[in-house]
Amino acid sequence: MKLIFDKGKPGRRGSSLPKMDVPPENAVPAQFRRRTAAKLPEVSEQDVIRHYTLLSRKNMGVDTNFYPLGSCTMKYNPKVNERAASLPGFAELHPLLPQLRRGGALTQGALEVIYETQRLLCELLGFADCTMQPLAGAHGELTGIMLIAAYHKARGDHARKVLLIPDAAHGTNPASAMVGGFITQTVASDAEGNVDIEDLKKHLGPDTAGLMLTCPNTLGLFDKNVQEVCRLVHETGGLNYCDGANQNAVMGRVCPGQIGFDVMHVNIHKSFSTPHGGGGPGAGPVLVGECLVPYLPVSRVEKRDDGTYTLRYHCEESIGYIAPFYGNFGIILRAYAYILTLGREGLKRISENAVLNANYMRVRLAPYFDQKVDRPCMHECVFSAAPQAKKGVHALDIAKALIDRGFHPPTMYFPLIVHEALMIEPTETESKETLDEFIDALIEVVKLVDTDPESILAAPVTTPVRRLDETSAARNPNLADI
Amino acid sequence: MPYIANTSEDQQAMLAAISCADFTDMWRKSQVTVPEPPLLNIPEGMSEFEVISKLRKLAAKNATELHTFIGAGYYDHIIPAAVSEITGRSEFYTAYTPYQPEASQGTLQAIYEYQSMICRLTGMPVSNASLYDGGTALFEAMMLAIRTTRRRQVVVSEAVSPIFRKMLDAYSSNLNIELIQISAGIDDSAQKELLKAVSERTACVIVQYPNFFGTIEAWSEFNEKVHEKKALSVCSTYPVSLALLTPPGELDFDIVTAEGQSLGNNLNFGGPYLGIMAVTEKLMRKMPGRVCGRTVDSEGKDGFVLTLQTREQHIRRESAMSNICSNESLCALSALVYLACVGKQGLIQVAELCAAKAAYARQLLLEIEGVEAVGGNAFFNEFVIQLPGDAAEIVGKLIDKGFAAGFPLGRYYPGRKNQLLVAVTEKRTKEEIKALATALEAVL
Repeated sequence: MKLIFDKGKPGRRGSSLPKMDVPPENAVPAQFRRRTAAKLPEVSEQDVIRHYTLLSRKNMGVDTNFYPLGSCTMKYNPKVNERAASLPGFAELHPLLPQLRRGGALTQGALEVIYETQRLLCELLGFADCTMQPLAGAHGELTGIMLIAAYHKARGDHARKVLLIPDAAHGTNPASAMVGGFITQTVASDAEGNVDIEDLKKHLGPDTAGLMLTCPNTLGLFDKNVQEVCRLVHETGGLNYCDGANQNAVMGRVCPGQIGFDVMHVNIHKSFSTPHGGGGPGAGPVLVGECLVPYLPVSRVEKRDDGTYTLRYHCEESIGYIAPFYGNFGIILRAYAYILTLGREGLKRISENAVLNANYMRVRLAPYFDQKVDRPCMHECVFSAAPQAKKGVHALDIAKALIDRGFHPPTMYFPLIVHEALMIEPTETESKETLDEFIDALIEVVKLVDTDPESILAAPVTTPVRRLDETSAARNPNLADI
Repeated sequence: MPYIANTSEDQQAMLAAISCADFTDMWRKSQVTVPEPPLLNIPEGMSEFEVISKLRKLAAKNATELHTFIGAGYYDHIIPAAVSEITGRSEFYTAYTPYQPEASQGTLQAIYEYQSMICRLTGMPVSNASLYDGGTALFEAMMLAIRTTRRRQVVVSEAVSPIFRKMLDAYSSNLNIELIQISAGIDDSAQKELLKAVSERTACVIVQYPNFFGTIEAWSEFNEKVHEKKALSVCSTYPVSLALLTPPGELDFDIVTAEGQSLGNNLNFGGPYLGIMAVTEKLMRKMPGRVCGRTVDSEGKDGFVLTLQTREQHIRRESAMSNICSNESLCALSALVYLACVGKQGLIQVAELCAAKAAYARQLLLEIEGVEAVGGNAFFNEFVIQLPGDAAEIVGKLIDKGFAAGFPLGRYYPGRKNQLLVAVTEKRTKEEIKALATALEAVL
């Protein structure tokens, strides 16, 4: 398909603007002016709409296809939340307004949304306080790590430079630790997919700043030793970070703040149903126990005794500004609407059904794949396509064959500790019928491995393009049409 | 229960299929044995109608009818209706990061077009698929310079957004980075002093163009001198201004970042926004964030993929170029559709309107007794005026009259207590500007 730049012709316009109602002089001297206009498209509004509408049809999304992408929680994105975020009273509000004198009174609704969402998350996850500022999950990780650093620094405990990270962790954990100024050490998993307690003990010492644990973990399992693990880390003076990317499995069932974690982030775009947007924007609020409250980033949204809301900027021990303002407010607002809709009982039912759907998938597909650990899972199940790989059909090929059958594939090759991994997360919003259709399609593909492997290796054939040459894309990058 | 498809009949059948008597049994078998929390302070659920009614009431407590002259990096521009119609298409907004390119050509081509649009606007050869916001983009630029030069000193002008500088401060505190901030004037980002601070130990110099006070400066010679010390030159810019101004790529900057909100994104009370990053060819493989590339499929047909992924955290873990995982894809899509819609002539027209209205506003405000000029030799749509008293207090009085008159500089620059930063966009009419002047005169 043509690029937008290949459409239109000189002089064509796609927008109308107000007339110049002041003298047309300005203060941009000639020496600062660009010599040639930026080469932007010259197209009509209809050209724009048709071009991008046609592009949108070359995508799979949750609204068009079952999207069981493990670890990403591709649940349905409720439309009322979109409606809420588009209300002009929120969408058009300038973030600097509450920082102006008497401006706070004009942003009370927005500040209440932030304050209330913080309060509800604290309650749901068992923590003392919360910042809504982190702009994504990985940004939340970095914020949490900066809080851990501030804690040790304040205590004069400068030797604590090591963050322990289990081998099953998301790649962002070690990367965030590095950006936060820590050294990382990897802790092994045991045969059941739990943290290997003996290996953990070997790594714990006076240089331990803390442990970052994904809970439930990336194998889709709840670590039965989690409280013991947290206790051991505390004993040596370290703090426990919970990567809450998988909180969707245990909402209303497990309060990480009450089982030994000192700090955690949640991915609003996973557990709290906000759209993934083709790769963002998300939001990654960070929750903390009492010991980390003094270090939270500024500003802090507070409630006064008279019931009004205000921003506090003077917090002496704060780690400072990690975002320009109060977080991805438009995303927080959607999450607030989601929590209000579901309420206490609804949040529990969400997790029950997420876990039920994943286990149903696991039990029905188990005969066809290997499993690293054969025990009931949480919100996602991880298989190994090793048996198929031996016959020359890999996880990638199976994924492509699923696309032809109308399904977005599961996550492939993650977690890294599972050979030929296929990680399936159905989420609670999908019905049993959809799960059955997907299971049948996957079984059909597995059977074709024996009878007609070529057809799988050739997939996909129904898509706008076939398999793409990624090697030459990386070797001779063409990143822009200039 | 909303958003759950299984009926209780389904649930019973599925529980039986996984050999569980009930949900309690399911939790037990999946080894979730920690105590169940009571969650007493989370209310009961509400219906869709009740939720939206509650949120409408909250939205109504916020004032969006003010005549706004606040900018300071975040601007109230016109957004064509076509933008939200496209970003509201759920084929775009309910998709994930395009890891399966055959099922994501829509998102991928949009990212490629966005990258192209940013290159055309900034005059740089390479752009990534976007970062979180302008501030985190500047931090990533700083880290990119540090990785490339293997030096750990960074020199920053105080004419760079104070919000961004506070973010740089926070992020560098544990990283053994020497962050040197050089005080600046309204009309001069302290080029001489910046150059004096640059040495063989400097990774990069960070400036803003136009600077935080709205002033446009010449940078070519400056950058030449920075490069003599083998340091990199980084600028944070305001994309709409680039419709008129010499693009940073022609001024020899190595890394260009921007807050991209002004391109078709709502103010949203602080986010989501759009972090723009564009770099030279030489820095391409060290740049953070997602990147989309054009390639061909097995039949020779054109297509798009995420590429250069070996820089990223999911492959390199602790050796990655950054921990960044998502971009702000949907905000980048807003910017793309915005730029396509306003187009080549339209963006120039937007910029000309902004610049002319700002010049008119400044002239009118300076006619008021007690209001004085501060700098203002060359500016785009934002300028500083000196008031006869505390600017924060005066702004407070104007809020009561329906004007968000500007951003009092004393908030971040204690020595500039009486100074006000005023921004004017194409949305403001001549009448509103006149009314602002009248109102200001009345409260002085």
